[in-house]
Order: sequence, then C-alpha cells, then structure tokens
Amino acid sequence: MVLLTDLTIAEARDGLARKDFSSKELTEAHIRAIESARAFNAYVLETPDRAIEDAVASDKRRAKGEIGALDGIPIAVKDIFCTKGIRTTACSKILAEFVPPYESFVTQKLRQSGTVLLGKTNLDEFAMGSSNETSAFGPVLNPWKSSIDTAKLVPGGSSGGSACAVAAGLCLGATGTDTGGSIRQPAAFCGIVGMKPTYGRCSRWGIVAFASSLDQAGPMTRTVQDSAIMLSAMAGFDHNDSTSSRQIVPNFESSFEKSIKGVRIGIPDEYRVEGIDPEINELWETGIQWLKQQGAEICSISLSQTQNALPAYYIIAPAEASSNLSRYDGMRYGSRVSDVSLTKTYSKTRGGGFGPEVVRRILVGTYVLSAGYYDAYYLKAQKIRRLISEEFNNAFSDVDAILVPTSPTPAFAKGEKENDLIAMYLNDVLTVPASLAGLPAISVPAGLSKSGLPLGLQLITRSFDEETLFRVAQSIENSAGWHHRPSKFMF
Amino acid sequence: MSKLEGKTWTWETVIGLEIHAQITTKSKLFSGASTKFGALPNTQVTLVDVAMPGMLPVLNEMAVEQIVRTGLAINAEINLYSVFDRKNYFYPDLPQGYQISQFSDPIVGKGEIEIKMDDGEKRGVGITRIHLEQDAGKSIHDMDPSFTYVDLNRSGVPLMEIVSEPDLRSSAEAAAYVRKIRAILQYIGSCDGNMERGNLRCDVNVSVRRKGDPLGTRCEIKNVNSIRFLKQAIDYEANRQLNIIENGDKVTQETRLFDSVTGKTRSMRSKEEAHDYRYFPDPDLLPLQLKKSYVDRLSAELPELPDQKLLRFVNELGLSLDVAEEFVFEKEKADYFEPIATGRDAKLVANMVRKDVFGYANFHSINISDVPVTPQKYGELIDLIVEGDINNRIASEIFILMAKTGKDAEVIVQEKGLRQLSDTNELEVVIEKVIEVSEKQVAQYKNGNQKIIGWFVGQIMQKTKGQANPKVVNALLRKKLN
Repeated sequence: MVLLTDLTIAEARDGLARKDFSSKELTEAHIRAIESARAFNAYVLETPDRAIEDAVASDKRRAKGEIGALDGIPIAVKDIFCTKGIRTTACSKILAEFVPPYESFVTQKLRQSGTVLLGKTNLDEFAMGSSNETSAFGPVLNPWKSSIDTAKLVPGGSSGGSACAVAAGLCLGATGTDTGGSIRQPAAFCGIVGMKPTYGRCSRWGIVAFASSLDQAGPMTRTVQDSAIMLSAMAGFDHNDSTSSRQIVPNFESSFEKSIKGVRIGIPDEYRVEGIDPEINELWETGIQWLKQQGAEICSISLSQTQNALPAYYIIAPAEASSNLSRYDGMRYGSRVSDVSLTKTYSKTRGGGFGPEVVRRILVGTYVLSAGYYDAYYLKAQKIRRLISEEFNNAFSDVDAILVPTSPTPAFAKGEKENDLIAMYLNDVLTVPASLAGLPAISVPAGLSKSGLPLGLQLITRSFDEETLFRVAQSIENSAGWHHRPSKFMF
Repeated sequence: MSKLEGKTWTWETVIGLEIHAQITTKSKLFSGASTKFGALPNTQVTLVDVAMPGMLPVLNEMAVEQIVRTGLAINAEINLYSVFDRKNYFYPDLPQGYQISQFSDPIVGKGEIEIKMDDGEKRGVGITRIHLEQDAGKSIHDMDPSFTYVDLNRSGVPLMEIVSEPDLRSSAEAAAYVRKIRAILQYIGSCDGNMERGNLRCDVNVSVRRKGDPLGTRCEIKNVNSIRFLKQAIDYEANRQLNIIENGDKVTQETRLFDSVTGKTRSMRSKEEAHDYRYFPDPDLLPLQLKKSYVDRLSAELPELPDQKLLRFVNELGLSLDVAEEFVFEKEKADYFEPIATGRDAKLVANMVRKDVFGYANFHSINISDVPVTPQKYGELIDLIVEGDINNRIASEIFILMAKTGKDAEVIVQEKGLRQLSDTNELEVVIEKVIEVSEKQVAQYKNGNQKIIGWFVGQIMQKTKGQANPKVVNALLRKKLN
C-alpha cells in the first residue's frame, strides 16, 4: 500500500479528486508523521488544529464542487513568511514571540488555492546560513545518512526545515525563500526539487526581509511537476510590492507538453570551481549526456565573472541586511531589554536578540556601506553584479538553459563547517550567480554519491522563462529515474 | 545688514537654506495612512509606518506630482530618472531604522528663483535640488519623567527638501527667499506653508568671510520654524562667528540649535559626532522613471505663480507695487482680494479690504480666511459705496456689524437707516442752515481760502450723522458759496 505521506502533490490531487481519501485523512497522516519525526527539528511550530480545520473546510468545499488548484493539499511554510495569528519568528530570538496580524501575499495565495497548513518550518536565523545551524530553535537534521559514516548531516540552508520536511514525508510540499541559494542548496542536500523563480515573480510582501534585491520565494517539492503546480499557486503581481512583476503567470504545469528537442543547453567552464567534489563533476557530465540523448544541443559557454559572484554576494546581501534588520530595535514589537540609556537599550536588545551569524552580517554590511568604504566595496560589488547580469544575458542570446551543479559537495556533517566560515560561504558558490542576476533556477536530484547521499543538478534560464526551466528539469528527472527516499526509522 | 562691520574688516554673511516642506497629499509617501493634522496619537499608522516585518513601501504618485510641479514652478530641471536611497540611523521615532530619501539622484535638479536683495536689485537665488523624503515620527519627552512617548502619525508623511545655493547675504535676504518659496508652494498647492505646525521648516547654513574671500567654515542651524526666528538665528550666528574670527580663533564646523527664548544658537553636535548615514539605493523601490509627456502636461497645467500675479496686480489692476507685493506674498490676502476686485474698482477694493478685513484679522489675531465676512458679502458692501448709497466711513462701520451679526450689508443699511443722503433738496436745506450761522468762514472762503470747504463738509456731516454723500455735498456747497 502506498503511504499517503509518500504521494506527490499531483498524485494527492488526483486521489482527492477520485475521493480515494479525504483531505482530513491526508492531513492526519501527515500530522502523525510529523509527531513521529520531531527529532529532525524540521518544524518550529506545528499547527495540527489549524491543519484539521483547513482540511475539513477543504473537504466541504470539495463536496460542493468549489475547489482551488491545491485544495486539501497539506503543506509546510518556512517560518519567514508572516502568517496571520500564527507565530512567525524567522528563527530569531528577537522575534521569538512575534504573532503577525497579517498574512504574507504568497501564503495568502496558497490559502486561497485551498492548501492545508501543517506548520512553520525551521530555518537559519533570518535565512542567514547554509546549514540550518544558526536557527535560534536549534539545528535541523538531514533525514539522509551516509552509508560509510555515522555523523549526523545538515540539511543545508537556509530553508533546511522545509527541505527536511519534504524529503522525510512530513508535508507534500513546502515554501522556501532563496537569497543566494537557500532553496536550491538544501534541496540538493535532501534529495528534493527546489526552485527559485525569477526575481519579482512572487511578491515579497509579508516575508521577513533578508536582502531585498535578492530574496525570492519558491516551492520545495518532491518532483518537478509538483514544483510547477505549486509555483502557479504562489506567483503573481502584487501592487504592495514595488518590485513585483506584472508578467502574466502561465499555467506552469503545461510546460511539460513540449519535448526538449533542439533546446540549447549552455555549459560554462567557469563553474568547474576549486574544491568541487569529483563525484559531482561526474554527475554533471552524466547530466549533459542525458540532455544530449533527449535531443538537446550542448554548447560550451563562458561566464567569466562567476568567480566574482561570491564576494559580490557577500557584500550586497549583508549591506541590505544591515539596513533591513534595523527595525528590530525592541521599540514597537519583538523582545526588548531595557537599560539606563537609549543606546544601551538598543545595544542589549539587539546584542541579545540576534545570534552570532546575524550579528556578523550586520557588522559586515554596516562596514561596506560606511563612508570611505562604500565605493571600494558596495559600489564595486554592484558593478560586478551588473557584469554578471550582462554576461548571462549574452549567454542567453545563444542558449536556452544553463546546466551546472547545485552545490560543490553533498550534505556535510553537523558542526563540520561551523567554525570555518569561508568553507561555509563557499557552499553558495554555484548558486549565487543566478541570484545576483535575478534569474530563475532549479535544483533537481540527479543521483547518489558513493556514500549514498543525494546530489543535485542546477538549471538556469532566461528571466521569466520558468517554462523552459521546468521542461528541461523534468527531462533530467526522468533520465535520472530518481526514486530515492531517505531511509525511515533512522533513530 | 548685508555687511557686518567688524573691528578689523567689513565682513559678509553667507547663507544657504534647506527648506523642509510637507507635501500636500491625502496619504503618506509610502503608505495609505492619512496625513491629516491633529488626529489622536498613533491613529494614522499602517503596518508599513510601524515597519512591521516584511512590510514594503509603495510610492505615492500624488507626492511625485506635487514635487515635479514645484520644480517646474522654480524653473528647475526635472530629472526623468531618480533614485530613492535609505538614510540609516537609529531613533525610536524612526521605525524602519532608516529614512527613505533621495541622495545622489533627486527628482528635481538645478533651478532658480528671483528675489529683491538688500540693495534693492532683483537677483536669482540658485536652487541646488529638491528631493522627496519621508518625515520621522514625533518623540514626546515631557509626558513622563522617565519615558519618552512616540507618536507615529507623522512618520512617513511626504516632505520635499529644497536646497539652495549659498547665494544669500543677510537675514533679510534669507527671509525674503523663504517668503518667496512659501508663496510659490502655496500658489501651486504643493505645501500649505504653515510654519507654526512645522509644515515648513528650515535648516540654515551660516558662515562669514571677508568679501571676496573663499567661503568660511559654516555652521548648520537645525529646525527653524518661523521667519522671525530665522532672522534672529542668522543675525546671532553671524555675529558669534565674527567674534570668534576677530579674536583670532577658528569657527568649528558643527550643527547648532536655535533657542527661541534666548534668541541664541547653541552647539548640538560637532562634525566628528556627525552620523554616518550609510546611504544606499533602497532595494525595495525601483528607480523612478518619469515620461517627458507627463512633465509637459504638469507644466501646462501650472496655475498662475506669484511673480505673474504681481505683474497683473500692478499692470492690470493698477495697484501700487507695495500693496501688490503685500497681497501676493501673503496669499490669503490675494485670495480674499481677488474675487472682490474682479469687475470692481480694484484700487477702492484694495484700500477697503486692507483697512477693514485685514485690519480686523490682525486685531483679532485670526487668519483672513476665518474673518466672518466672505469676499462675496464684502463685495456687496463695496457695491453700496459705488452706487452712492453709503460712503467709505459708513461702509467700515457696516463691515464691523456684518462681522458681528452675520447680516448682509444691505440689511444693515435698511435697519439702521444708514443710506447716504444724496437728495439735493434735503441737503440744500442743511447746507443753507450751516452757511447762515457761519459768516466768518463764508468770508474766508470769499477771500480765496479754498481749504475752508473741508470745514463746511465736516459741519454738514455732523448734522447728517455722516450720511451725507460727500460728492453731492461738495458740489452743492460750491454752488451756494459762489
């Protein structure tokens, strides 16, 4: 018998339509799964009562025949999306008790399409991290285990809770946010599909901001088709977000109707960065062969700015973050530690409320924006960002999609890189270029390492060409014949 | 006081101004909250104004329109491309921890306005730029001995900052500049110019130098909120700097505050303590791109500006330059005067409203718009003068009664029997009686004393309780005496 928690969104949707099971049954199965897998620490807030309520309401709608695109589908929401009346913390101590009186645009859209909210998932504090180890609620564990080592592995970050929940069958899909790779890298580490849409595709309204010019919400699912289904329900213009796009949102599920025959795939040599795991390079080569066999044309392209992307990213993102996080001053909401003077109150509130990684990025960001350093750091980083964009644009005058790995290594051990920040930041080296250029990108699980850990391949396409992205991604998925799940009962 | 006479040299004061003007809009610069004055604290705030997590700014198009119109009114360049920047600093009345402003690419570029300088010449004062920004909230320190309260109603209200070149040379010129700017803003309706409410306030940069020398070290005086204080602050500050220099010391660049009680400025913070605002483009807002056709349309729709009105008042209505300037630069006066003057004797109207209406407002310390007699009703009073029913003096008395009772001029004339005596027969009787008992004065007249006519008129006015028509009396008197 197929477990309800093992279904894809598409299968669950069809099962609900056929009345094989109710949303309530589907939801209850997930609530049980969540309860039995608390050791992963994927959820920082479980909302079973709300989930049942949502499911019952969905079943009633279905009985009346008034259903939305995702009606009755239980999902998880990264705890960086504000949810009305439900605690939203960004996994920071400074917002530990914060209950927003409003709902983010994206989760509002998901609600309107009929989804069931199972709970809020763990993340690196304010989405700053690549291993989900900076969360004020403690780290998340990767449901996957190495076959040759007993070390506990990180799920990647910052959307580590969502990636873990999707991989371990604790929801059918989850929302993530990606600033420099925060959807794609954990997706690769946990063997799921993680998709970052074009910047502006999903409204940022109601998402706790990290770096405004980079933050983008996206779906985390078990299949490419599910990714397309979920994005259709999340995307759309929002007049409350000035950077939101008015581009028409197609039904992304129809992306798969065409084959990839004749699609031109670019392979940039510059992504063969130092420190990349040889197994990942091999998988990349295999991916190229798969696409060739499906009729795609493979072209060698050059993206010479790739090596500059990471330093530029680690200037721009902290600069914006240092300003975005100024509002957490303990004056109007969030925790406050009062002291004798205003300056001391600020200092204690913020010093005590933010964890070390957040403090570090605020300091770096403040530094690079300071008088005398602005030109050398921030302005230079912006120039690099423009060059990266131009280079991608040039490449896309010749090719339709770019195929690269998602991460230089498979999931690493908990604590392994906590004290080696450069190594930690290097994890984003393959994901930040697309972020800086605002391009849509997706990570697809494509194989297992020798130690049995999932590896991902990443595709990047033109702005607002998510359809090609999904189509090529599904071709990789099909060729890989991906069917792996983390072993259950690992505890 | 263009020149400062020092012990050693004649010095020159150099002044540049930053005017912060609240833009007249219904809602805030980046949120839908109301900007209405006088609401209870923290009742005009949205989630954006409180800077809740994940909230985003959306630009108010009306504020953009108002600042573009202002730029056009001072003949400034309108930048079709401009950028919003964040100015970062911490304060409890600044919820975001940054103010959204414009730094390197403002909407309005260089412009110029003409004012009358101290030497009587008209010269241009350069405007460096005008940019859009949000106001902060209000910190209230005196409600509680140990706490500061914050009212965020003003947080996010749209301001435009009008920056001048250091082209002004005295407190009087600075005052004339602010008056002119205020009038322009009021004429186009982009700011109400109310300095008492803080809707228009100035930061003043003052330095002194020997004439012809390069600019001296300047001090910035913050938040001056009346033209009188502006003059006081500049005069005090210029003298303070002069004394420092003449004593052989150097002026330190710093930010100072003006104390309106003592009339002095005092140090607020030195250059070393100045904030590093870490300006950078706000990633939540795209650069603002305007179409030329949009700017052209706003330009075509601009109303009459103060200089144009001044010319018209002098050339077409025949007002003296002084009166025309008084009316034009105190817009309330022009607003009251103009509808009455249209189609009537403008000079008569000007004289009468100055004496009656503006005098009344001044006496009662109220705004002209709050005078209880509308321009329309006052016009009806003027008509009674023109038709010969009453004379100017009676009209002034009637105006006071109109203000007191709310009755129309015509009604008061009827009720009090104040209609002017123009009936020749009736007046002849009075005149003959006066002549009869005034042999001495008649003799003086016959001996060529023409001025004595005024004495006769006075007598006749007394006898008729001021109701005699002076023109008719004059004509009849001369006929009888001759």
